[in-house]
This record gives sequence, structure tokens and C-alpha cells, in this order.
Amino acid sequence: MRAPKPFDPESCRSQFPILTEPPGGLPLHYLDNAATAQLPAAVLTAVRRHETMSRANVARGVHRLAEAATAAYEDARSAVAGYLGVTDADEIVFTGGTTASINLVAYSFGETLGPGDEVLVSELEHHSNLVPWQLLATRRGVALKVLPVTEEGRLDLDRLPSLVSKRTKLLALTHCSNVTGAITDIGPIVAAAKSVGARVLIDGAQRAPHGPLDLPALGIDFYALSGHKLYAPNGVGVLWGRRELLSKMPPFMGGGGMIAQVDLETGTSFADIPRRFEAGTPPIAQAVGLGAAVRWAQALDWAGIAQHEARLTGRILDGLGAIKGARVIGPTGLQGRLGVVSFTLDGVHPHDLCQWLDRKGVALRGGHHCAQPLAKRFGIAGTSRASLAPYNNDADIDALLAGLEDARKRFA
Amino acid sequence: MSEELYHEKLVDRAQAGRAKGRLDQPDKTATLDNPLCGDRVTIDLKLADGKVLAAGHRTRGCLLCEAAAALIVEKAPGNVPAALLPLADTVRQFLQKNGPAPAGWPAIEEFSPVRTVKSRQDCVLLPFRALAQALSS
Repeated sequence: MRAPKPFDPESCRSQFPILTEPPGGLPLHYLDNAATAQLPAAVLTAVRRHETMSRANVARGVHRLAEAATAAYEDARSAVAGYLGVTDADEIVFTGGTTASINLVAYSFGETLGPGDEVLVSELEHHSNLVPWQLLATRRGVALKVLPVTEEGRLDLDRLPSLVSKRTKLLALTHCSNVTGAITDIGPIVAAAKSVGARVLIDGAQRAPHGPLDLPALGIDFYALSGHKLYAPNGVGVLWGRRELLSKMPPFMGGGGMIAQVDLETGTSFADIPRRFEAGTPPIAQAVGLGAAVRWAQALDWAGIAQHEARLTGRILDGLGAIKGARVIGPTGLQGRLGVVSFTLDGVHPHDLCQWLDRKGVALRGGHHCAQPLAKRFGIAGTSRASLAPYNNDADIDALLAGLEDARKRFA
Repeated sequence: MSEELYHEKLVDRAQAGRAKGRLDQPDKTATLDNPLCGDRVTIDLKLADGKVLAAGHRTRGCLLCEAAAALIVEKAPGNVPAALLPLADTVRQFLQKNGPAPAGWPAIEEFSPVRTVKSRQDCVLLPFRALAQALSS
């Protein structure tokens, strides 16, 4: 593969129509990327081209549009496999998003679990990597163990030995917190799992948008991600799983496309992976968009982006440090983190803050970020959160910091 | 829109209401959460002679939620429960259907900018729903 061009933030930004021509002509400082990232022109073009040139159902029809749609859908699967460092594209299951991917594992892999078995989650998890396991616990009598979080908002990996035992069958943990931005050190988790023969599922919703991965090399078993955070349309996500595991797992949903043979007398047999887990008409255009998004992302200079985002993150952290009453929930340094910064401001509710900043075009997220156990851990109801993508620039950070000071004067 | 939403009267009402606090030994009480944001409101009531004698609150919420709770604490005393029970629905109609302010509660007009901010309407409604639940408890 060719070496990527050195990263140029303004060139990157120019590829996002919503940023170059914001709706209503108003300024837009989009810092809500951990919720949903924006779409580059390459993705918009790919989706439009598919919908106007190749729209049809996949893996069913034989007419030329159906052939083109199937080819585009499978091409997207190959592109995603390439972005994730996966050589066997059949290990890529298209789903509706991270939540759907994790639920798939909780229901399908979870069928093999029962009383006496344990699943390890953490206080840091998004509800999408927590509630499916609570449901499994109720449904199958599985016990949940909870890995605590450090004062810095990281998984307390020192506690792993006391929580992992021969009863542990799965560790389901985040790759990067959607609240604190802390990146998980996967190595000790895989080592702890292997020591007891447990499997590892990683929620990659926040990490996947920040550069290509080599999932098999991580030593994990399952990885879940969302397209809409990865510069792709809503409604598509990915579950990656090792072939030997996915092949043994029963279907999660039944319907068209996931069968080998349906017979009212002898019963139904199921398709091989990945189709076994893609019942019904999949999100075809969305998957095509995701394929275009990962190809676009794979061509970027991620080392340059990491430097750029770290510098902007440092500006946010320094700026918050200078604002009276501001408290960062998460690491206050730049090591082992992504550009996701959550904070509280004394006397100013996150939703009031976010609403106030919106008047200057600053898009933040406020609330518990679907991580209520973490909010409880820190004794707060919620935070305001700024989260970065490669297209963010110094003007975005200037607007954020000016808006915070303005809000403090108005409300605190 | 934010300038209109956070007008001085509403901000003052919210901030002044923080000092009111809960009642000691209320006759009726209810706590409600907004699952979307984690906000929580408790409304306490004391009743005598078939009327609300006093109201208190504890609000962990935004300014809109605080202002609505403060308004309830100020205006509910003196009313019979039957007059207060429909408030949650009347205020919802005021916000979502451009309905009139409930009779005797002209200060609800302070929340009229919230009509155009759908994502914040539940912030205003939460204390009124807690009031209804307290009355029904």
C-alpha cells in the first residue's frame, strides 16, 4: 500500500460538506463525534451512486442490479476486513450497530452459558455493553462480575486476578471509554482470559474511528463497532468474531437469507457464516457507505492525526484547567487516551451548557452518555463531553473554550 | 434560541428555587427520573383541609427543570389536588400543542420558548409529572 500523504487538517475538513457549508450558513464547531461522526464526500458519493445505480436486494436476485448490489455489499465486507486486519472476510458480520453486535453475542454465545458461569463487565461500559449481559444473567442464570474503575477513569486492571476464575466464560470490556476517553490496555485482559479459558469481547465503538486495527493480533475473540461513528451512515455496524467461534454459535435471529434449507417436516438448517447472522434484508446502502468510509480512513496518515488530535485534546484539557469550577472526569494527561473529554462545571448543568454553546455553533453532548454506573461511580448525574475527529481544528477549540467561560459567567 | 430560552426571569426563578428544599415529613411525595439525562426531581406536599398546604422539592436537574419545580413549590399551595392533577397534561399541551397556559398559572408563559426546543420539553414536564404522582400516591 502507498504511504499516506502527511495529514493536513484543513484538507481533511474540506472533504466534509456539512463542515464547509454548514446548514443555515451558521458556524458549526462539531465536537460530538463520539456520538456520531460526519460523512466525507467520498461516502456520500458512494451511497448515492449505489442507490441510483445498483439498488436491489442482495444474495437473492439474478438480474444485473441484484448482481451489482451483492457485489457492492460483499466488496464492503472485504473493505471492512482490511481495515480491521482480518484476512477471512467471512468473519465480518454486518449488523445494525455496536448494540446489535453485542446483543448478538449475548444471545448466541450466551446460549452456551448457564448457572455457575460468569461474565466480566466493568463500571466503564456503555449501556450497550452492560444491559445485554444483565439480560443474559436474568435469562440464563449467569453471574455478572464488575471490574471497577480507577480515579482516573480507567479500567482497574490490577483487580483482574481477583475477578477472573475458572467460572469466567467471557470478558466484555470497552476498547475506549465513551466518557473518559481512556484507552484500554488489551494485553492483560487477554492474558487473564486465556489463563482460565475465557473468551474476550471488546466494544470498539469509540476506538474503531481512530485508525485501522489488527484484531487477530490483539488476541481477542469478538469485536463490535458502529458505522455511524466511523464516518459512515447510521444503521450499520460490525461484529467480528473468530471463525471457529462464530461457526459453532446458533443463529440470533431467524428469517430470510440465513438458512441453508427450510423444511416443515425435517426442520431448518442454517447458512454458514456470516450469512447465518444476517437474517432479513441487511442495511445494504449503509454497508456500502461503511466500505467507502473505511477505504477513505485507511488512506489517512493516522500517526499525523494522532498528533493533531493529541494537541487539540491538550488544548481542551489546559483550557478546562484554567476555568474556575471545571473538573475533568477521566485522565487529565495525554497518555493512553483519545480525544474524548468529559467534564463538569460547578453550578452549570450539562444540558444548559450544551444548549448555551449551541448558540455559537458548538455541538457538545451532555448527560450520562449511556454510562450511568460510571456517573454513579464519580458521584455525578452527568457530564458535558467534547469529542474529536480528524477534521476538528483550532477554531473549534477556541469556540469551545470561549463558550465555556461565557456559560460560567451566565449560569454559575 | 438559547438567549430566549434562558431569559432572566426563568434563570432567576430556577436559582432562587434552589434554596427552598424539601419538606420535613411530607404527607405525599414522589421522585421521578428522566432516563435520557439522569435528572431526578422529588416533589413533597403537605395537605390540610383538602388543600395543598405547602410544597417542597429537591431537583438534580437543568435550569428548565429547576424553574418548573420552583414554580410548583410557589404556586401549588392553596390549590385542591383535583385542580393540580391535570397540570402535567395541560403543561404538555402548552409546550407541544401551543395550548393555553393553565388557569391560575400565567407564569407558565415563561417556558414558552421551550415550545420550539422539543428535546428540552421533558425537562419542564418532569416536575409536573412528579407532582401528579405525589398527589396520586
